[in-house]
This record gives sequence, C-alpha cells and structure tokens, in this order.
Amino acid sequence: MNTRDASLTLFRGGVLGRLSDLFYRRPAILLALLLGPPLLWIGVVYVGSLLALLVQSFYSIDEFSGRIVREFTFKTYLELLRPSNLDIVLRTVLMAATVTVASAMIAFPIAYYAARYARGWVKGLFFIAVMLPLWSSYLVRVYAWKLILANEGVLNWGVSKVGLSPLVEALLSLPVIGGPSLTFSYIGTFLVFLYLWLPFMILPIQAALERVPVSMLDASGDLGARPGQTFRKIIFPLALPGIVAGSIFTFSLTLGDYIAPQIVGSSRLFIGQAVYVHQGTAGNLPMAAAFSMVPIVVMAIYLWIAKRMGAFNAL
Amino acid sequence: MQQKTVFISMPETTRQVSPSREASSPVAVSLAGVSRHFDAVKAVDKVDLTVHEGEFFGMLGPSGSGKTTCLRLVAGFEQPTAGNIIIFGERVDGVPPYRRSVNTVFQDYALFPHMNVVDNVAYGLMIRGVGKKERRRQAEEMLELVRLSEFVHREPGQLSGGQRQRVALARALINRPKVLLLDEPLGALDLKLREQMQVELKSLQRELGITFVFVTHDQGEALSMSDRVAVFNEGRVVQVGSPVDIYERPETRFVADFVGSSNILEPAFCERIGAPSGLWSLRPEKIRLVPEGLTDEADTITVTGEVRHVQYQGATRRCVLAVKGAELALAVPAVGVEPVVGRMAHARWHLDDMHGMKHV
Repeated sequence: MNTRDASLTLFRGGVLGRLSDLFYRRPAILLALLLGPPLLWIGVVYVGSLLALLVQSFYSIDEFSGRIVREFTFKTYLELLRPSNLDIVLRTVLMAATVTVASAMIAFPIAYYAARYARGWVKGLFFIAVMLPLWSSYLVRVYAWKLILANEGVLNWGVSKVGLSPLVEALLSLPVIGGPSLTFSYIGTFLVFLYLWLPFMILPIQAALERVPVSMLDASGDLGARPGQTFRKIIFPLALPGIVAGSIFTFSLTLGDYIAPQIVGSSRLFIGQAVYVHQGTAGNLPMAAAFSMVPIVVMAIYLWIAKRMGAFNAL
Repeated sequence: MQQKTVFISMPETTRQVSPSREASSPVAVSLAGVSRHFDAVKAVDKVDLTVHEGEFFGMLGPSGSGKTTCLRLVAGFEQPTAGNIIIFGERVDGVPPYRRSVNTVFQDYALFPHMNVVDNVAYGLMIRGVGKKERRRQAEEMLELVRLSEFVHREPGQLSGGQRQRVALARALINRPKVLLLDEPLGALDLKLREQMQVELKSLQRELGITFVFVTHDQGEALSMSDRVAVFNEGRVVQVGSPVDIYERPETRFVADFVGSSNILEPAFCERIGAPSGLWSLRPEKIRLVPEGLTDEADTITVTGEVRHVQYQGATRRCVLAVKGAELALAVPAVGVEPVVGRMAHARWHLDDMHGMKHV
C-alpha cells in the first residue's frame, strides 16, 4: 500500500505537474503564453507590413529615372485621383457592391433553409455542398467558368436549346456591362465573383439565423404578422449581423481580387490588377501602395455606416 | 378572422365571470377527434375537448403527453392530421396563426431582442397599422396592467425572468385575443414568484374576462389556477373535470398517480385487509395514524404495519407503511401519533375517502 493514500490531494510529480499547478494558480501566465506568439505574429508581420504599405503610399516615383523618392508627399494620391485611376476605383467598388448584394440575395434562402429545416445528414450535406468548391483550386474554378461562359460554352449551348439566346444577346448588347461574349463582359466577371464568394456569404448568415429561435417567428405570426412582415420585422433584423459579416467577405474579396477579372471579363482594370501592374511591370510601388489603401478605406467607411445604421445591434 | 377594433381602455371591457356560469357559457374552443401524428409518433391522438368562454382551462400532463402540441394546434403553429378545431364557432383548419383571434404566451417568452419593452408590447398593433403614438400609449397602458410601467424603455435582456414573463403577457394581451394560450407560463420562475404569478394571472383573467388556456406539468399549478383541468397522457385526454373532481375522484390509475400522489388499493389487497372489493384510490392525507387499542369506528378500515421510511417535509411527515404485502403512503400531520422507522403503527381511514377507479 502506498503511504500517499493517506494524503488529501492526489499527487502529480514532475515538471509538467508543477507547471499545470502554476497555471492553475496564475491563469494570466497561461494566457500570456497562449496569446503571445500569435499576437507577435499579427503585430509584426501583419500590422507591420500594413504600416509599411501606408508609408510607401506617401512616397513618389521619379518619372524620369523611375526611382522611388523616399520623401513624404501627397503626389501619388493626387495621381490616384486622376480620371483614369478613379475609373478603376469606381468600377471595382461598383462590382464589389453588386456582387455583395446579389450574393446576399442568393445566400439568404439557402442559409434560411439550412438553419431552419435541415437536420442530421441533410445539414452535413449542406455544409459539404457549400464548402466543396473551396476544396478545389481557385484557378481551376475560374478557368472552368471561362469555358462555361464562352460563346461555344455549355451555358450558351443550354440557353440556345431552350430558345433563350435572344435574351443573352440582348444582355450582351447593353452598354458598359455587355460585350462580345459573356467571357469578355462585366456580366461574366460578375458571375464568376458571385460563384467564388457565395460560400463566404452563406455561412455567416446561416450562423446568424441559427441563433433565432423558432418561437420568435411563431410569436410574430401569433401577433398577427404575415410571413412577409415577419421577415421584414424579425428575421431580417436578426440576421443582419450575419449579412454584414458575409458582406465584409464578399466586398473585400472582390475589391482585392486581380486574377478572376483578368481571366473572365473586359480588358479594363480592377484595383487588384492595377496594384499588380504598378508594383510589377511599371515598378511604381508608391502607386501600387496607394491603390492598396483604397479597399481598406472603403471597408472602413462601409463598416462605419453599417454600425451607424444599427447592423450590429442584434449582436 | 382578425379583430380590427382597437380598444381604448381596459376597464370598459372588464367583466366578472363566475366559475359557476361557465358550464352554460358559449363554447370558446372545441376540439373534436383531433389528432396530430408525426409519422409513427401520435403526439395528439383523437382528443375531444371543450373550453367555455371566460374559463381558466388547464392542460396537465407529463412531458411528451401531447398537451403542448394541443396548444400549438389551437394557436395554429401545427395543423391537425385529423379532426376539427373550432374557435368561437369558426372552423380553423387551414387558418394560419396570424388570422386567428388567439394569442400565445410562449414558454421561453420569445421576446424580440432587437426591440425594447414597449416596442415588443406594441408589436401586434404595429403589424395592424396602428399609428406610433397610439400604439405606444396602449402598450404603456398594458404594461401598467401587468405592473411594469417603469421598464418601458428597457431592453428585454435587462429584465429578470418574472419581468420578461409580464412583458410576454402584455404583448399577447394587447391584440385583445378571444383566447389567450399560455405554454408553461410559470415554468421558468422560482417558487415564490410562481406562487405570486399564479394569483396575478388568475385575477388578471377574471378582470379581462378572456378565456385562458394554459399548459403545465405541475399538478399544483393546474389545481390552484384552473376552473377545469384536462389531464393528458400519451397523446390522449384521460380525464376532464374541476380540480376537485380530478383530485378527489381520479378515474384512472394514471390520474390518481400523476395528480398528487395516491395509494392504489388493488382488489387482492382489499380482500386481505377486509376492505370492499374493487380498485381504489386513497390519498395519503386521508389516512391517520391512531394509537394502539383505539376502539373501532364505523365505516373505517384500520390496518397495522411496519414503518419503513419517514421523510420530514415541514408541515407534514411523509411516511411509508408496509401492510400485508403492499406499501401505504401517509401524510402525517405534525400533531398526533409520531411514526418511528422500524416500529409498528396503526393506520385508519374512512371508507368514503376510498375512490373507485376504472380497471385501467
């Protein structure tokens, strides 16, 4: 028989035992150990490089020598405000906004179904179906869309079979958003973005709706609200934080993407492409940095407005 | 059918309904052969019920007995798979909840978290298009009725359980329903608050004259609040009657056992102790302990047995006596013969206190 049996406490020896005792007595030490490395990583690599970017954007390029002048100036930002550059900003923001609104509209019914009705294996299937596209390469998916949308592609083939070709032709003949084919139009770019970012909209909305108890919807109906009124007064306000969270994803991902619009779309640039061109072939790092600041500023304004409008009140 | 009239003040519409009048009052809600089956599960099975206008009607049963599903059928959240539900003369099959003049107080209260208290209460009026000023005024009046005036601008999250319950009550009453449904209204409250709310609900119902139908698994609550009680078991109504009926004259073994506790005297046991043959229910508080050698009284049964357990319960002691192959439960008052575990004791009850039941 072990003499320790008489002891009140179970004894755990060794360094690990003493360490866990220490963490029990001083939880702050454990917290510091857990949080330290990731905070250091975020602080240095993430915030640090962001600040470096900000600083870069206040440098300028010497147009003759092509060298970067490391002096504080607003010259680069003034250049950003040129019509040709503002066009790029406006085009990108409009595209991001359209993609966001459209994906919210498509995502909502799917998320609602998943949160309210799907149970058991159906719910598992939902999660797999939503995330399956993310398992394959981004490039493969975008190139696949190029083929789908091409004039000889499967979409046009299907549309012609059901006799809706005139509709597509009418769409493509529209000014600005039209083009020679879906592959070379803003419509095509829009469809690709919509497809790419849809999962990022569905999941937060589903999570938000999951927290709305059924009894709340019952209560609304019980008090006389028709389904449409219940949607406007109860479901939508309560899902709004999820919609805003999803829109942060779709909005910022569209603002920053530079590959999809290059493969599918007209030849006009988006912010991401502009950054890519300026930092690469043009070697204009300050201009690239200034362009990079645009999505950050736009997102900040967007979140500020969302907060002002009470989007986070239901959190 | 939606009620369009907007009431101005409560006192004009208040009226007294005495329980004795209810039997002859018009029918508020009636269920005829109503079933709700979820595939193989018979949540509600061939239920017939009649609730009279102005009645405080209790639906009592263990969890899963179908009482809540029954309430949801009346509210319109569920649709019956068979049978008819009639609310004030109108068949309501296929009528969605928002077109029924019935309102519900939910078990979890279901207050809207993105609205403050007054907006929650005014919700029904807002939906009906009542102007902001008018609906606020009425909501504040309602809140006064449930004694919550000072909480008008609070958020639901800042209220205690009892206060939330009052908000839910005010919200459900503002539409002037013909029938108010309450799903386990006091389930989430602590004992003291529960007792207080029982009294308040009762007086509120009397004041408004609205038919109240409530669901509970607490037999004490059902007995103390209801004018009549329906006891549910396994999707069926096993007995309907006044609280006194249900408690004093349970018709089945289940009711005798579920409503309060009861000694079930089996025929074989009756024979052994010299009681009239039959299946009887005998309430523990009807049995007295008597001193040894006490002379027999007319129309009583006296048995002798060993005291198995004694459980102190404040006002009474709960005591179990082993008598001729059966166990008798007794509620022994603080005065009189004191039971001692392991000793013999003599128990006596009057024949009138034995209530005959169906052999179910």
